[in-house]
Amino acid sequence: MSSLLAASSADVPFPILSALVVTPFLGALLMLVLPNGRPEYFKQVAFLVSGAVAGMTAWVMVEFDKHTADEFQFVDSAEWIAGLGISWTLGLDGISLWLVVLTAALFPLTILAIEAEHTPKAYYAWLLLLEAGVMGVFLALDLFAFFVFFEIVLVPMYFLIGQWGHGARAYAATKFFVYTMFGSAFMLVGILATAFLTAAETGNAVSFDLVYLAEEQALATTTARWIFLSFAVAFAVKVPLFPVHTWLPDAHTNAPTAGSVILAGVMLKLGTYGLLRFGIYLFPEASVYFAPALVALGTIGIIYGAIAATMQKDLKRLVAYSSVAHLGFIVIGTFALNTEGLSGGLLQMVNHGISTGALFLLVGWIYDRRHTRLIAELGGLQKPAPVFAAVFMVVMLSSVGLPGLNGFVGEFLALLGAFAAHRWWAIVAATGVVIAALYLLWAYQRVFHGPAEGDNAEMKDLTWSEGAIMVPFLAAIFVMGLYPAPVLERMEPAVDALIEHIEGNVEDFDEADADQGEDLDVDDLKDLGKKKDSKATDESALVEGGAG
Amino acid sequence: MFPHLAAGAVSEVSTVTNEANWLLENAWLIALLPAISFVLILFFGKKMPFKGAEFGITAVSISFILAILTGAAWMDHRDNFTLDTYGEKAAVLVDDGTGSAVDNVTLAAGTAAEAAGGDGQAYVAVQKTTQWLQSGGVEFNAGIMVDGLSVMMLFVVTMISLLVHIYSTDYVGGDRRYTHFFAFLSLFTSSMLFFVLSDNILQMIVGWELVGVCSFALIGHWWEEKPNSDAALKAFITNRVGDVGLLVGMITLFFAAGKGMTFDTITINENILQGGVSHTALVVAAACLTIAVMSKSGQFVLHTWLPDAMAGPTPVSALIHAATMVVAGIYMVARLFPVFWEGMQIDGSSINFLATVGAVTLVGAGLLAFVQDDIKKVLAYSTVSQLGYMAMALGVGAWTAAVFHLFTHAFFKANLFLGSGSVAHAVHSFDMKKDMGGMRKFMPKTYVTFVIGSLALAGLFPLAGFWSKDEILVNTGGWGILGGSGSAPGSYTFHFVMGMIGAALTAAYMTRCVYLTFHGEYRGGHHDDHAEDHADDHGHHGEPHESGPRILYPLYILSAFSILVGFANLPPGFLTGSKKDPAGWQERFLHFIEPAGSSYFPAVGHATPSWWLAIVASLVAVAGAGAAFTYYFVKVDRLAQRTGEHLVGLPNGVTTTNALARAGHKLLVNKYYLDHLYTGIIAGGTKGPIAKAAYWVNQNVLDGTVDGAGRTAVQSGKLVYEKIDQGVVDGAINASGRTSDAIGEELRHINTGRVQNYAAIMFAGAAILAGAFVLLLAL
Repeated sequence: MSSLLAASSADVPFPILSALVVTPFLGALLMLVLPNGRPEYFKQVAFLVSGAVAGMTAWVMVEFDKHTADEFQFVDSAEWIAGLGISWTLGLDGISLWLVVLTAALFPLTILAIEAEHTPKAYYAWLLLLEAGVMGVFLALDLFAFFVFFEIVLVPMYFLIGQWGHGARAYAATKFFVYTMFGSAFMLVGILATAFLTAAETGNAVSFDLVYLAEEQALATTTARWIFLSFAVAFAVKVPLFPVHTWLPDAHTNAPTAGSVILAGVMLKLGTYGLLRFGIYLFPEASVYFAPALVALGTIGIIYGAIAATMQKDLKRLVAYSSVAHLGFIVIGTFALNTEGLSGGLLQMVNHGISTGALFLLVGWIYDRRHTRLIAELGGLQKPAPVFAAVFMVVMLSSVGLPGLNGFVGEFLALLGAFAAHRWWAIVAATGVVIAALYLLWAYQRVFHGPAEGDNAEMKDLTWSEGAIMVPFLAAIFVMGLYPAPVLERMEPAVDALIEHIEGNVEDFDEADADQGEDLDVDDLKDLGKKKDSKATDESALVEGGAG
Repeated sequence: MFPHLAAGAVSEVSTVTNEANWLLENAWLIALLPAISFVLILFFGKKMPFKGAEFGITAVSISFILAILTGAAWMDHRDNFTLDTYGEKAAVLVDDGTGSAVDNVTLAAGTAAEAAGGDGQAYVAVQKTTQWLQSGGVEFNAGIMVDGLSVMMLFVVTMISLLVHIYSTDYVGGDRRYTHFFAFLSLFTSSMLFFVLSDNILQMIVGWELVGVCSFALIGHWWEEKPNSDAALKAFITNRVGDVGLLVGMITLFFAAGKGMTFDTITINENILQGGVSHTALVVAAACLTIAVMSKSGQFVLHTWLPDAMAGPTPVSALIHAATMVVAGIYMVARLFPVFWEGMQIDGSSINFLATVGAVTLVGAGLLAFVQDDIKKVLAYSTVSQLGYMAMALGVGAWTAAVFHLFTHAFFKANLFLGSGSVAHAVHSFDMKKDMGGMRKFMPKTYVTFVIGSLALAGLFPLAGFWSKDEILVNTGGWGILGGSGSAPGSYTFHFVMGMIGAALTAAYMTRCVYLTFHGEYRGGHHDDHAEDHADDHGHHGEPHESGPRILYPLYILSAFSILVGFANLPPGFLTGSKKDPAGWQERFLHFIEPAGSSYFPAVGHATPSWWLAIVASLVAVAGAGAAFTYYFVKVDRLAQRTGEHLVGLPNGVTTTNALARAGHKLLVNKYYLDHLYTGIIAGGTKGPIAKAAYWVNQNVLDGTVDGAGRTAVQSGKLVYEKIDQGVVDGAINASGRTSDAIGEELRHINTGRVQNYAAIMFAGAAILAGAFVLLLAL
């Protein structure tokens, strides 16, 4: 694996991934030295910086080699704290690619979409620092570096909620901070334990290198399970999984719109990404062992989040609870531990970022216009704002998982994977689909249908600039709904490699059927499956030939 | 696609090909055209002289012509298709990897196939597939499957859609969301055709959901009024309940019958028929899919959304909630018939879930149709009842009868709905008791078409409904005394009886409906707030008058079909020729539509038609109609004349004198209290106590456990926050002043009023960006 890293990094003369992390960081610093006389500069500079990151990411996305999506590409490695085996290692594979793309796209759009309500200097500086941190989390291949980025992310978000938020913002910010720190403490112990115990077991020098630690698998089964749990707690808070989700609605409701968009769009994925990259990859046996519990929690989250969402009076809080439900789908897909489930979960991470990010933007715009988010005070908005309503409808249907829009593919794959592995939980999860329609459409009905009275009748429709911001969201919603193949193609090699990694390290692990009943007859179809696979390859080759 | 063939299993017979007439191979065009029309209407509709209707009508007209040509091509294909290898000896073409792309050509003509088909040629479906995406070795395909069933549906959907388009130009003319209406008609038509053409179960799910969304949008077309919006929501959510069944059922099929490898409909059907698929899995799948049918095709107890869906514009009711979308469930069962055939052990049995649901629905809804005062609701319950016939027919194994009834019902029910719309257009109300009566004097043409539709629905000889209903009854195999038990799949006596009762009920409630609407004295003339809310008011406050040609011609055409389409499947022994004669008139529908003898369809027996049964069933219907006729046309009419009272003021006959009858009436008026159960208890419970309890747990228990830590944290956090807030950050940038982004403000002011342009540009921008994205990644 290390030779592989060297080979990959040799291809890239420019440390592009470091640039993705460092650029927004430098942008944040630049913000601090900008003169205060021209406040409009702050937004422009912030947009330019995040735009530059987006541009670089676009280049990375196009240059990313889908045939080796299972390997870390553009790897960028340097010694950091050599004595402790800590390195600055960044890399990108099919699992992180789309999350990086999502992050890079979401930040400039959010910066463009939302005006800082006050003190723009600090506001944009925090946003750029946040971007640097999130990029670092998705790119880091060193446990220590990962932890540093994971913690860095907290600070800007704490201030964004605390300073630019609404309502009980200080409470919400602190709750967010304390919850996450609580989990992080466990994770720090876990990280240190992993590195030092591995060193003790193998007799090698201490290293925090993710790939090394994962390939070594030196820890005893019970030890690994305990350490996995420490990671799982940290990530479960971040996801958030039931029952440690209660910080989320408060944080979302009181955060400024930009905070909500980033929080829902990318920050929740730090948890699910962490579970994939650090939970499953580092501790395959423990992941298989704990998978049923995590699937159960995910399913509970789906139903519970959906039920709680139905009764919300505040539109933003409703969307926040819907996130709990959606993240549940990601978790059950991920811990199905098969290709469909993992790909579905991963795809759903991106989808949720798009749909919920857009929903929070739209809700934020409603608040800007009407100065209320209470559903009871809204109504009939479709009349004065038909375009707004149409866009809201499309985004909402994507969130509901309507076929043809992005939400469906990920949700279906996750369900399919979960069904193979944990049938009964999957059936329960499927009922979450009904409730999702209930709370979202019901909310839509109350907000947009009916007669428009009072201020509602005067509500301004989507402006040109707002419309322009929605364009990329809508494009992504349609592309990923109608033609998700390019996205999936780049994920799947990495997902398959992860599954092979599990298979290689866990005895008796069988991808297709974690607890498959005998009546589904999957076992005796292995042969067919193999033939099918070879055939599928032939056919896809043919298809590609035809397309070329 | 056919792993067993790749494995070299030569003995298995697969009757599917990708080599056929150009029209059959490119049937996807029929679905694509309305989709293009949808996009065009969205972007340019408002600017066009006919506000977008021209796009819809053009697209659907071309689709209709293509559907007819495809139908002709299919007939030719059915009778004459051969491959070179097709002949006396069974032959199997195995894709050796050099073949054409993803399509496998497999054709085998066993003598068994010929025997079962009873015709000269084997039944060879045409399938074209392309890969949509791939995950873990499983292909997710998009494709078309063209056989008799899909060709028949293509014809029905495009024809009714076209007539509804034409009708709507008058009916919703001047509506405030006229363009929007046509956009969704196009989208619906396209989605429905997409569903019908599906060659795999995943695509079916997609189409199923898409038609549901269109239905939601169209039911709520006049969303300013809460009842309409509520009805739309109810329809969507009830259908979502069924969707859980659909998802679970289809995924079960994918693993059990698709062997965790394929969603392909034909392969799944073949695998089931070849045995080796777990029976338990099939039972589960069949039961789950039946739940999906219950919601989509309005079967008891999930039917309650369908009558409410009448809140939508009448053309929508005719197209979506009578002729096409609501039969999606029936179509799905017909497509995946082996699942039910094996899972519910239809053959040789006398009871099963699907058939019983259908039987209960057909009688239960027939009774409800009696107590409705709203003409559209009578028709809605009638639709539920007729869908019950179809579900029951499938449940008892009468596949062809069910599909044939679907076919005939589409025409006469669309005829009736559009007829009711014609009347409502004149009186601006759907209330038969308050605002109608005596309409035959004002609208003689509508009257004639409505009566034809009613007679066809009542199943009177020789109109369309007679033939299809009779075929269902005979194939229940009930009561050999009436003959017809011949080789029917089972002996479903209970279902036969329910079918008979349903026949009487249908005839009776339609008689009542015709009387209340068209006979007696005109009770309207005070049209005001009852009026269906379309913007055009013709300004006539005098007597209602006959509708215009764009409404009447669709009615004439549908009436003609209501009379004639029954002849498409004349029983053998009727008119001339023998059953085996390909040029004969008998059982043409069966010959072209039923995939008998193909590898993906079970060997379904057919009952011999019985003269006795036909006569008895007709008598039953006549008796039902006669009873209602005696009551309304004779008794009530006389009473009304004698007392000079309007019908509304008349006592309700037996229901006022007999306690039991009164209780029954109350039960019917309250729709068996199902709505009360759903909205009051279940939905109310979920939204109310259950959600509240969950939220309480959330706020008090879950949050409470971290309460102590939380509170301390808040305190210290506030301290930190205030310190940093006041001391460091705020101080450093205190001078920066208030935010006012001049550029942002400028951009906001550019906003202009041209909403349509604006939305069009926005979505066009999204499309361009999407294209760029795909291009970048596809290279």
